[in-house]
Amino acid sequence: MFEKDLKFLEDAFKQYYFDHFNLINVPDRASEREFGYMKFNTGMIRHISIKTDKDLHLMLMSNIPSDVFCSNAYYTFPSMPMSEKDWKEADIIFDIDAKDLKLPCRKDHTCNKCTSCGEIFLSQDGCPKCKSNKIAHISLPCDNCMAGLKKELSKLDKVLTDDLNIPANDIVTSFSGNEGFHLYVKHSQYNDLGSKERGELIDYIKFQKVIPETFGFKKNNPSKSSFPEFDESSWKGRVAKELFGSKSKKSKLVSKIISDGYVAYREKLNEIGKNSIGIKIDPNVTVDIHRIFRLEGSLNSKSGLCKLVCKDIEKFRPYSEACLIDDKPTEIIANCPLKFQLKNKKFGPYNSEKTTVPKYAAVYMMCKGIANSA
Amino acid sequence: MISFGHDEIVKYPFLAEAGQYLKDQGFTLEQFATDPDLQIIVDRAYERIESASQGNIYNYKVDDSSNKDASLPLEVFSFLIAIILLKLAGMNTLISRFSLAEARRAERFLEKDLVGKSNKTNEEFATKIFLDLFSIKIKKNGDYFTIPIADYLKHAVHFHELEWKLINRHVENGMVFLTPHESVRLTRKQLGNYIGTRIKSAQTPKSFQVFEEKVAKLVKMGKKLTVPTTISTEFPPCIKHAIEVLNNGENLSHSGRFMLGTFLLGRGQTIEQIAPLFKNAPDYKERTTLYQLKQLAGETGGNTKYACPSCDKIKSNDLCFAIPECDNIINPMQFGKKRL
Repeated sequence: MFEKDLKFLEDAFKQYYFDHFNLINVPDRASEREFGYMKFNTGMIRHISIKTDKDLHLMLMSNIPSDVFCSNAYYTFPSMPMSEKDWKEADIIFDIDAKDLKLPCRKDHTCNKCTSCGEIFLSQDGCPKCKSNKIAHISLPCDNCMAGLKKELSKLDKVLTDDLNIPANDIVTSFSGNEGFHLYVKHSQYNDLGSKERGELIDYIKFQKVIPETFGFKKNNPSKSSFPEFDESSWKGRVAKELFGSKSKKSKLVSKIISDGYVAYREKLNEIGKNSIGIKIDPNVTVDIHRIFRLEGSLNSKSGLCKLVCKDIEKFRPYSEACLIDDKPTEIIANCPLKFQLKNKKFGPYNSEKTTVPKYAAVYMMCKGIANSA
Repeated sequence: MISFGHDEIVKYPFLAEAGQYLKDQGFTLEQFATDPDLQIIVDRAYERIESASQGNIYNYKVDDSSNKDASLPLEVFSFLIAIILLKLAGMNTLISRFSLAEARRAERFLEKDLVGKSNKTNEEFATKIFLDLFSIKIKKNGDYFTIPIADYLKHAVHFHELEWKLINRHVENGMVFLTPHESVRLTRKQLGNYIGTRIKSAQTPKSFQVFEEKVAKLVKMGKKLTVPTTISTEFPPCIKHAIEVLNNGENLSHSGRFMLGTFLLGRGQTIEQIAPLFKNAPDYKERTTLYQLKQLAGETGGNTKYACPSCDKIKSNDLCFAIPECDNIINPMQFGKKRL
């Protein structure tokens, strides 16, 4: 990152932190958690202990981090090296990211940046300027992505409350600040589970590694198979709805499943798990019991948007509500071949041109790597 | 702590404190070594270990009430003497096999007690074993037993068969539904471990001549059970795929890089040999790559050396491209490993 861009972003982030101390608080049991942060152009600094809001705000002002993180795990000695921290337990966390939904709209709002020469372009092949294959993809998510994410969140919420018996009040959903949502479950029966056990929860939630027998197929005597009913709880009921649609269609479809055989049914279950009923959580996040996770109220350096708790997920509009940097007119050189919308205002496309935009849009584009300070 | 009567101690002899139990019954170890009338117990103890080493469950019908009083000391003592013989032989392979066989033997009784058709006390006792030994709160629900999901997972992760995965279980309101047979099967490994730990933590007693011949035979038996292996130099398909992705200059996920790094380190390659593989990655930085490989190798950080993830985890991360040669291995490190 250029010196001038770095200075601009640091100033903007510092201003945001100073103006929004009320949004950035240490979570409960802060003294048992590990904190960490990143600065623009540097690596991660972690194994930090922060006990109070005042200490946190002081850290923000003195270091001006690009990203701030806090562990979902609780330790006896959070600031010691990992092997000496003495892990106690970790809250369950989930991350649903727009890129994992693989929606068809994604190609319409993704551009590419060559990491060798910096060229920005739309085509899917290598860099048109230097022919390098080292390409970074830059996505500016759209409303369709948000609708897809909200649908996944609602599915996840249902599995957590109905199947895993987690009280709805214990589930906190936040916009990640870029193109996803985080879901946080505090103090549940699952807190003392290790990585391996959490891996099992992931397979359950993603509906993967399913065997046909679980959903009624009798391998040795297919005609005696007993397929799920619509009113059954958990995955059986969901599978019945997905496979048969309505009760009137069931008997015809059951005959087809039996005649197609065991392997075809297994493939069908895998297919619906991958493409419809399975929930597209990022497995690497949930399985990690030592992760430091983006702190509520802090900014995401991939966008300059804020990680924000969503009280009503259906009504939540991330690209307005989480866009909290001020709107002071700012001159930039933008090279953004895509259109995007922030705070109900439309921007782009820009073809390496000098333009004046509100500071939040300037920060957004610079964080995305498609603009520089003028 | 569980308190138990005669019936329970025959079914679950590992719950007894060996030395104390013998003392309470008025015996010393020396008597077993010198009294010809007690030789049958030493013989039975040896048979019990031998049977376990062959993967069999030591068979004895506890419900045979006509023979119950006479057989009680024989069955319990043979278990306790078996422990003494195992301690003297000091062969871990035998201890593991014996523990597993005894766990499987106890499973049969536990399942019967759990159903508790005519005997409520047996049911309560079995439920208490689940709580005290395995920290599982098991509850009866019609023909099934329910176990909290978190408790279930802590035990089920030790199984590799897909039927034990949570997704292949009936789950409702935070509970997993299991048949009595499944409930006890769930805890086999822990029960085996529990028995194994008790054997390993027991004091090694003084040896007597009558034991020595049997101990020598056990050592011979244990040595036969250790199988030498050879490892092929071929890489499994998941590793080949990861290398191919990097060679093509495409992005390999963090978990893919972790898998590749830990696998190659596990196969004895050095950091300097592995690092160039990542050169084509879109976000390649030499310093970061070296730092991360050093972390995996345990050279920096907390000196923790990371192991290659299991096939199960690799499948969850969409990095598995299994071929028939994978032959149901559970970790890529086992690929091409053959018994000689």
